[in-house]
Amino acid sequence: MDLNAILTWPYLVPLICAASIVLVLPLVAGYIVLVERKVMADMQVRLGPMRVGPHGLLQPIADALKLLIKEDIIPENADRWIFWGAPLISVTAAMLSLSAVPIGPVFLIADLNIGLLFILGVSALGIFGIVLGGWASNSHYSLLGALRSAAQLVSYETSAGIAVVGTVLLAGTLSTTAIVQKQATDGVWFIFAAPIGFFIYLVASIAETNRAPFDMPEAESELVAGYMTEYSGFRWALYFLAEYTNMIVVSSIATILFLGGGLRPFSGTSALDFLDYFPAAMMLGIAGYCFYRAPKQPVAVQKGFMAVVGLLCGGLALLLAGPVAVPALAAIKPGLHGGFWFLLKVSAYIYVFMWLRFTFPRYRFDQLMQLGWKFLLPVALANLVGIAVALALHRGLGWNVVLSFGLTTLLTVAVAGFLVWVGEGREVTKIGEEEETAANA
Amino acid sequence: MLDLVIFYFFAALAVGAAVMVVTRQNVVHSAIFLATALLATAGIFLSLHAEFLFIVQIILYTGGILVLYVFVIMLVNLDLALHQVQFNRRWYVALLLTVVLGAEAFAAIAVSRQSLYALPPAPAQALDPNTEQVAWGLFHTYVLPFEIASVLLLVAMIGGVIMAKKRI
Amino acid sequence: MVPIGHYLFLSLLLFSIGIVGVVTRRNVIIILMSIELILNAVNINLVAFSRLVGSVEGQIFAIFIITDAAAEAAVGLGIIIAFFRNRETVLADEMDILKW
Repeated sequence: MDLNAILTWPYLVPLICAASIVLVLPLVAGYIVLVERKVMADMQVRLGPMRVGPHGLLQPIADALKLLIKEDIIPENADRWIFWGAPLISVTAAMLSLSAVPIGPVFLIADLNIGLLFILGVSALGIFGIVLGGWASNSHYSLLGALRSAAQLVSYETSAGIAVVGTVLLAGTLSTTAIVQKQATDGVWFIFAAPIGFFIYLVASIAETNRAPFDMPEAESELVAGYMTEYSGFRWALYFLAEYTNMIVVSSIATILFLGGGLRPFSGTSALDFLDYFPAAMMLGIAGYCFYRAPKQPVAVQKGFMAVVGLLCGGLALLLAGPVAVPALAAIKPGLHGGFWFLLKVSAYIYVFMWLRFTFPRYRFDQLMQLGWKFLLPVALANLVGIAVALALHRGLGWNVVLSFGLTTLLTVAVAGFLVWVGEGREVTKIGEEEETAANA
Repeated sequence: MLDLVIFYFFAALAVGAAVMVVTRQNVVHSAIFLATALLATAGIFLSLHAEFLFIVQIILYTGGILVLYVFVIMLVNLDLALHQVQFNRRWYVALLLTVVLGAEAFAAIAVSRQSLYALPPAPAQALDPNTEQVAWGLFHTYVLPFEIASVLLLVAMIGGVIMAKKRI
Repeated sequence: MVPIGHYLFLSLLLFSIGIVGVVTRRNVIIILMSIELILNAVNINLVAFSRLVGSVEGQIFAIFIITDAAAEAAVGLGIIIAFFRNRETVLADEMDILKW
């Protein structure tokens, strides 16, 4: 077993990528929870977790330890095997769908021809974990929450799928790397060609991951955490991990399809090549901010910690600037910078998720289902027809690209406006009224 | 060699799960084993270079039809069901007849398979690019069955909505 | 490629198990699930032959079969729920209202 044989083994890179995802993802999910709490605190003008570790940075570790040592309660008369297996199904489906996601052009486990459909299909298998978990808990609240959650997921999956098909039309392929490549050759990210599709996908992905304002099935004041009610300790942590991994997956799909995942802005224009220094500049800015705030910390350990974080960011800035400044290292530029831009866009999308969570009140379940079927699905279909017509006008008849896509976007917006107008005019029947009208008829 | 190992793995999984579907007392267990059988079938499709059908099987069959089954099972799940007799009174006659039928078909295949083996398998590249070829077939050659299938789905949707109404 | 006979035997085995399920079980939902097994067995057969011959027509037919199974499951399960609302049973033996 010589070193050369190992290094040229075709499954080496996928194996390393897979191992790093499985090892790093739980930690990342835990830190996304911390980021969410900090962002929530920031929007509510307070500080968030500050106690555990400097600036609360060890909070996820403390949470994980607490969950691990909690008592494992299984309800009486619960189906033991399904109770045990349901969180596993959710986590497996969520992590498996990450295998076709290209974090930059190099970090990819499986370059499938049908990569996009694979991600959508396998993440849809997570619904089983939810429904079986709710059923196996042998509790009414759990079952109702599970059925509501699964109904919501299935409804918004159709709209999300149709919005995705619109961009597949633009790209002409289902392979994730090829879609990103097409955005590079076309010179424009697909969000500019299909903005309504992006909006539909944004709303549908929030509902897909059971996030507020669509979190009726699992909100604390509603069904007591829905399908997760009877799960405690590590099993609950697995469900939680599955939910945050799903968030990362839908953000990745949106980044690949709409935001040109892995490409820097204006990747085709060589005049704007100075933008290649942006990653390093951003890291240097963060490092500078850390060094600026370090002397102002009240506690000595926090001072030291800020300085260490500043040094780490500085090191990262050096690493990112290296391939750009030194031509000899240019071979690692696509992988490194691609990964950076991809993660930046995914983080921005997740930040928008959090922003929407802390801004909007919760949808009632029937309002949620009405929104999904009576507004979002028709708009998604109109968007699909619009993109197809725009492509036919642009590629078939040779119209100007701005004219054809602008026209169809306006038509889709008109359809959406019409649906909103119809929805406002629809009366909300009160609960007694329906039986009254049925009795009178 | 690897082909054969993969085939036997998925085949054993599919047959084992199918036997479990048919013999379990608890309906939810049967549904889970049906999911396993469908995923094993998807694996067989993938090993036969039918990648589009693999993903359609996962999205539609497992992620759509089976979720519908599990929903309905939970809506009609009676606790009595666990104590009811799940097999009807003529099960031995049925089993005997099925075994006879299966043995006949088995004999028919076993006798005639040599003539099938005389046909050399086409190269796997004939099915690439799979999605494009399937799309071309669906929308160009077989567009009439495709339209009829969409009318069928429309009829099924209307039927499902009417079945669910309390007063028609 | 694995010899075609293997796929034919697997398809036959799944088909027989599906038939055993249909004629033996009392619970209508399990009967419907066994019908899904039968349809899957047929799909395996079609796709194996499509690989042997090198044409995608077998796979197109399999897609139509999956579409058909979806429609049938939707309507069948709707009927079961409607019947359950009336008679509180899902056992095939007890669905004998039309019997004279």
